[in-house]
Amino acid sequence: MLAYTLKRTFVAFLILIVVSALTFSLSHLSTDPAMTIAGETASEADIEAIRKLYGYDRPVYEQYISWATRAMSGDFGESFHYRQRVSEMISGRIGTTMTLGLCAILFALAISIPLGTIAAIRPNSWIDRIALFIAVIGQALPTFWFALMMIIVFGVWWRWLPISGNTTWQHFVMPTIALGYYATPALMRLTRAGMIEVLASDYIRTAKAKGLRPMTVLFKHALRNAIIPVVSLAAVWFGFMLGGSIVIETIFNLKGIGWLSYDALLRADLPVVQAIVLIFASFYVVLTLFADLLNAYLDPRISVR
Amino acid sequence: MSQTSETVSSVPLGQQLGANQILDEVFEPSPFSKIRKRIFKNHSFLIGTIILLSILGVAVFAPVLVPHDPYDQELSSRLMNPFWHDKKHAVEHVLGTDKVGRDYLSRLIYGAQVSLLIGFSSMLISGIIGTVMGVTAGYFGGRVDMVVNFIINTRLAMPVFLVAMAAVVAFGASLTVVILVLGLFLWDRFAVVMRSITMQARDLDYVNAARAIGCSTPHIIVREIFPNVLSSLTVIATVEMANAILLEAALSFLGFGVQAPTPSWGLMLNEAREYMFFSPWLLALPGACLFMLVLAINLFGDGLRDVTMGQER
Amino acid sequence: MTKTVLEIEDLHVDIPVSAGVLHPVRGISFSVERGETLCIVGESGCGKSLTSLSMMGLLPKTAQVSAGRMEFLGRDLRLLSEREMSDVRGASMAMIFQEPMTSLNPAYTIGNQLEEAYRRHNKGARSDARDRAVFLLEKVGISAASSRLKQYPHQLSGGLRQRVMIAMALMCGPDLVIADEPTTALDVTIQAQILHLLAELQREFDMGMVLITHDLGIVARVADKVAVMYAGKIVEAGPCTSVFENPLHPYTQGLLRCIPVPGKTARGAHLGSIPGVVPNLVGDLQGCMFRNRCEYATSACADMGEEAQSVGDGHSYTCVLSPDEASMDADNKKVANA
Repeated sequence: MLAYTLKRTFVAFLILIVVSALTFSLSHLSTDPAMTIAGETASEADIEAIRKLYGYDRPVYEQYISWATRAMSGDFGESFHYRQRVSEMISGRIGTTMTLGLCAILFALAISIPLGTIAAIRPNSWIDRIALFIAVIGQALPTFWFALMMIIVFGVWWRWLPISGNTTWQHFVMPTIALGYYATPALMRLTRAGMIEVLASDYIRTAKAKGLRPMTVLFKHALRNAIIPVVSLAAVWFGFMLGGSIVIETIFNLKGIGWLSYDALLRADLPVVQAIVLIFASFYVVLTLFADLLNAYLDPRISVR
Repeated sequence: MSQTSETVSSVPLGQQLGANQILDEVFEPSPFSKIRKRIFKNHSFLIGTIILLSILGVAVFAPVLVPHDPYDQELSSRLMNPFWHDKKHAVEHVLGTDKVGRDYLSRLIYGAQVSLLIGFSSMLISGIIGTVMGVTAGYFGGRVDMVVNFIINTRLAMPVFLVAMAAVVAFGASLTVVILVLGLFLWDRFAVVMRSITMQARDLDYVNAARAIGCSTPHIIVREIFPNVLSSLTVIATVEMANAILLEAALSFLGFGVQAPTPSWGLMLNEAREYMFFSPWLLALPGACLFMLVLAINLFGDGLRDVTMGQER
Repeated sequence: MTKTVLEIEDLHVDIPVSAGVLHPVRGISFSVERGETLCIVGESGCGKSLTSLSMMGLLPKTAQVSAGRMEFLGRDLRLLSEREMSDVRGASMAMIFQEPMTSLNPAYTIGNQLEEAYRRHNKGARSDARDRAVFLLEKVGISAASSRLKQYPHQLSGGLRQRVMIAMALMCGPDLVIADEPTTALDVTIQAQILHLLAELQREFDMGMVLITHDLGIVARVADKVAVMYAGKIVEAGPCTSVFENPLHPYTQGLLRCIPVPGKTARGAHLGSIPGVVPNLVGDLQGCMFRNRCEYATSACADMGEEAQSVGDGHSYTCVLSPDEASMDADNKKVANA
């Protein structure tokens, strides 16, 4: 178990290096950081001076190594635009994004699991068809369009919910729904398929033969087994939600790190973009490892060797 | 009273059953009619195909269908309303005009071209990249497989949206760049599935059987493995095409995709945001078009899988 | 305590399918007494498993069960609600299934699953359930029972898992145990042990047992009564010794002929086999369903009625041939060759 985790961690580390290196090259291709820092009114001499000061005249790989070494201790440098430490900017905003992501995945699970279960108990019934209908519609709905339509209906016409900001819990309702529904089709299909398969298995027949009550058979025996892959997938989807938060945060003016990355890109604020890419990638890597370990924990047959 | 003569004259049940079986074999429908039957039974597949073909038709015949040139700016008739609004509405602009006077309907129609073009091209690029990687990994195994797996995992770890935006910033926002960026990012599912199919096919019974009767390797690949592969490939192709279309729309919506004046539905949504509280149709229409297109592609892909399932082996 | 545990008369199971209505069980009758083992024997698809599932009420909702009588310990099973039936299941009527490898939930310890069976039907402390589990595990021959409770099913072999299944069936002290091919999935050596175990437990707990199998060897070893099923009907039934010594139905005779007997079957001689396949049981079915595979079939077979012929001490069979015509001599030929 320990060896497995160590090996995974090592590979994860390599992945993060590759991801950040790629992003680093990409951003240094696009802009001249010295110019961005100097501002619009600076002279050539000023820009050159800044370049030397910050070391932008060194080869790219050298710059990357110094960035990476500092990043490992949590120092992501300073924002070009805001003159603040990037790590401070991020730590101030990451809470919003995490809250949004978590609510979104919980929302998705709250819909998918019951719907998928009922659809599995009564396949081809009207509720099964509704569930599949929701899945099909959900997969085709563009997230940002759904968000905008919700704003018009719930924020403007009916005035039920606020459309901007992040001060109260109501501010999170529409963003949660807009972000979360996209995971619902996949999770619901997996729940349904898993439950159908589990309900046909022999140990469910044994449970019924013991005279156990239907609820016990359903929850204690069936769901417990069917849910394992769903939970793993949910962990991975949580990672996707964090990445997909950019659009939602921008639309709803929730100033989390998704919004921050968008803002930074507009301003060519490289250190911020670099840092956020690394953070998203780290989340994904950690979440997939977590999903695997969760899988192993929930299924006694798997021993992680 | 011999037993045997009694048995013969009584037409035992077994003989009757045998006759029925022979009849069944003679009248068994041909593979084509079986497929045709399955297609028409599958309602969602039909709906998806019809919608898809319609949108395709609109895109192909766009130059003929549009009432105006979508790039034509008529600054004197800016922000006209569609025909169901009776305040300021012009007869020649059925759905009104946008903020620089371009006919909305024409832009909507041309938007289909843009979405389909982007979706198809990036799907093609990502398909080629992913298939090559997946087949290589599956066929060679060992270290090659490890390397490819690492590449796939690295790609999955990247926040696609963010890095795509950064790439667009780096290389400039244009149709070509968007297509290339999407194509270079959406190959992972192709790779994963092609890898597993190749690995399975390598050791499959019917491949070994074919080899045993002397078929050469290319023959095996074309005749035995390919049909099996084709159905999985088409399904993933539809999924990735839908993904590409949605991704481009989101990028354009945030301003990191196709640039004005190209009529992209995502871009139109971006432009609509300013006026969304007063003219909600500016939001509703392009989004609905996106939704219909993606829905059609999904239904088509799902239906294709259902219809061709049970065809192989 | 009532002597007759189970009384089934004219049981029918009908399942609507796309091609019509399937009749896998077409009017069978049997009874089981306390301390007695009834073996239902037949080939795959004859309806024996469906019979046991219908007694337990475990058939899918689409299946229609009807009978002249379906009495368990004097109670009419057809009048029981689903809830009352679930109170009976596992408590006074228990079932052991064929596949021990998949019949236990992999996510819970066997202790959990054993105790659950007990606590569903008995109020009381958790420790009562655990003590009973340990007691029964030891009874079924599993050593180190208390530490076994914490093990998961995948940590046990097939033979051990089947023993656990047996223990689980006995947790509430049932009056009737239905064992559906309990040894088919096990090694031959383990088979003998499990059968021996079942017989012992039946004696000790004074239960009725219905054992379903396709293996005549098992029948010979454990059965008090045997019922031979074919195509949804019982074609021959009676005390085990009587049926084995004097098989009257051509199907029974065919089955017995398939078994080579050391010392009797000549080397190189033809092993018997019954040609043909089990018929399709959809739609209206008339007459004897074995006639297409029977070497003694006549035109009268197509119109054969339902009545069985009896030859005393409970041995009966359903065939157009009279007992004299049907009997076989030592050379396995019909005595009266018409």
